[in-house]
Amino acid sequence: MKKQNEKILTILALIVLGVLVYLAENNLDAYKLRILNLGAIYATLGVSLNLIYGFTGQFSLGHAGFMAIGAYVTSLLVLPPYYKEMIYILEPLAWPFTVIHTPFVVALLLSGLFAAIAALIIGLPVLRLKGDYLGIATLGFAEIIRIIANNIPQITNGALGIKGIPEFTNLWWTVGVAVVTIYIIKGLIESSYGRALMAIRENEIAAEVIGVNLTYHKVMSFTISAFFAGVAGGLFACLLTTIDPKAFMFVMTFNILIVVVMGGLGSITGTVLAAFLFNFSLEYLRPIEAGFNIGPIIIPAIPGLRMVTFSALLLIVILYMKNGLMGGIEFSWKGLARFISKIFPNKKSSEGSAR
Amino acid sequence: MSLHLVLQNLANGLSLGSLYALIAIGYTMVYGILRLINFAHGEIFMLAPYFLFYGVLIFHLPWWASIIVAIALTAVTGMLSERIAYRPLRNAPRISVLISAIGVSFFLQNLAIVIFTGIPKSVHRPTFFKRLFQFGEIRIQSTLFASVIVSAIFMTLLIYIVYRTKTGLAMRSISTDIETSRLMAVDVDKTISITFAIGSALAAVGGILWGLRFPQLFPLMGMMPGLKAFIAAVVGGIGNIPGAMLGGLILGMSEILFVAFLPALSGYRDAFIFAILILILLLKPNGILGKNIQEKV
Repeated sequence: MKKQNEKILTILALIVLGVLVYLAENNLDAYKLRILNLGAIYATLGVSLNLIYGFTGQFSLGHAGFMAIGAYVTSLLVLPPYYKEMIYILEPLAWPFTVIHTPFVVALLLSGLFAAIAALIIGLPVLRLKGDYLGIATLGFAEIIRIIANNIPQITNGALGIKGIPEFTNLWWTVGVAVVTIYIIKGLIESSYGRALMAIRENEIAAEVIGVNLTYHKVMSFTISAFFAGVAGGLFACLLTTIDPKAFMFVMTFNILIVVVMGGLGSITGTVLAAFLFNFSLEYLRPIEAGFNIGPIIIPAIPGLRMVTFSALLLIVILYMKNGLMGGIEFSWKGLARFISKIFPNKKSSEGSAR
Repeated sequence: MSLHLVLQNLANGLSLGSLYALIAIGYTMVYGILRLINFAHGEIFMLAPYFLFYGVLIFHLPWWASIIVAIALTAVTGMLSERIAYRPLRNAPRISVLISAIGVSFFLQNLAIVIFTGIPKSVHRPTFFKRLFQFGEIRIQSTLFASVIVSAIFMTLLIYIVYRTKTGLAMRSISTDIETSRLMAVDVDKTISITFAIGSALAAVGGILWGLRFPQLFPLMGMMPGLKAFIAAVVGGIGNIPGAMLGGLILGMSEILFVAFLPALSGYRDAFIFAILILILLLKPNGILGKNIQEKV
């Protein structure tokens, strides 16, 4: 297939996606919309974690921390000043935040920027570490960020968290951010930078020998990944409308890691699929918890049963699909064309001969 | 700060450190053999005091008997988790096993919420563990003594098993090279099962002592101690058993002393622990007692 045709197909697919989003926004109820929104936010988070872990091979467990930074920056910027004065009970809000008030877009971009700056500061010393050591060090940093958020009530309102954040997030935002994230990260991976990142993943020493600047590329990948995590954190805050430090414990990072590994390391398509599947299955298992009848047997409502089922499902999937849903395979128009011609060989070949 | 307060805090730090050391050993043994961060270890730790609680409350066992039963049940749970969730993944990428461990951790946590409910429970403490000892101005709870003495006994036992028995030899050989060990007729699966049983039993001892010391049980109580014990294992040099003990003591001591000397910053206690971890990793990437492995091209 020609490059030109692929571009047209991509634009068509985006238009279809836009129509779908429009239909969903106007027809679905708030509950279903929230699941879809969460799915899109997880897709952004997953794709950004895939950049640093799946493509660069650096085991980073710091995503919850970057999300927390994004979530707090966005909430502080979009809340109107008079409202902020009201909710800061523990200690009055510190100065610049009492007057600052920006539109949602600016807040999101600044969220990403602050998360990226944090990543730059953390990444420069820490990215020298390898493997599990890097993972535990980044996890430590994420926890430190959370603990700091817990201890500066004059900015974050401490353990009480921030409530009543305006609900700016809708499907246009979440899906839009996810599409932009995928576009930028895919572009990065297919560039010479991407080749360098994958060289680092395969073998650091070999990459260094052929002239890849390890520190530069690792820190770049880490910073970009953190930028999108920050933006996703901002969307997350404006979706839930309430945040507190407990929401960003390391369990959050584990959720994103599950999405990435379930989808297949190094596959953006897989990550997106897994992000939506993860949220759908979490929500559609809710009836289990509510209590139900199997014939004459009445099973009472048991809180926690949903997560037991979910983790059991997770274990089954990981035991039987060791390489994730997509196993590192990426969606492409070429692949789709090949797939279609395999299913309908006659139609495709006759079309070919007619032309 | 007066001398007796310093001594008091040192005693507290020693006892907390010995608990961290007991849990850290399980992490370090599993990591040494399977190169797996067993995130479910904190949940194993949480189960033991619950077993004790129910043994005393429902089955009316005497407390010493229910302690033995609780340790045994926890060891079995640890072995089962390996059998079901890790063994089938022996040849899978390491990240799959890690996700599997996270899955086990979620599973046990939520199973505990379902079975034990989320309402915190308080452990029945035998009267012996309520006594206070007075040395001049220092007051020491008997649980504090118990945790130091009991952990010392169990760690000596562990060192004997690992360095003086055939099973221990098998463990050490697997941690060096799993394939060659198999060729040398080491029963790898059995040895790994034993490793999990020992690690879980030690976590159970730690959990029970924890439950006697901080007598409040809730299904998520294993998360933070588990994470900190893992950090202790990394600080000491992961895969190294004396390292885990040393790391546990360092962590327990610094946690108590940080709060004692800087009470105004007590909210940052856990942040301080993580800062120690990061600092040690940057200065000595393989931990204090870890071997420095040179990378070969």
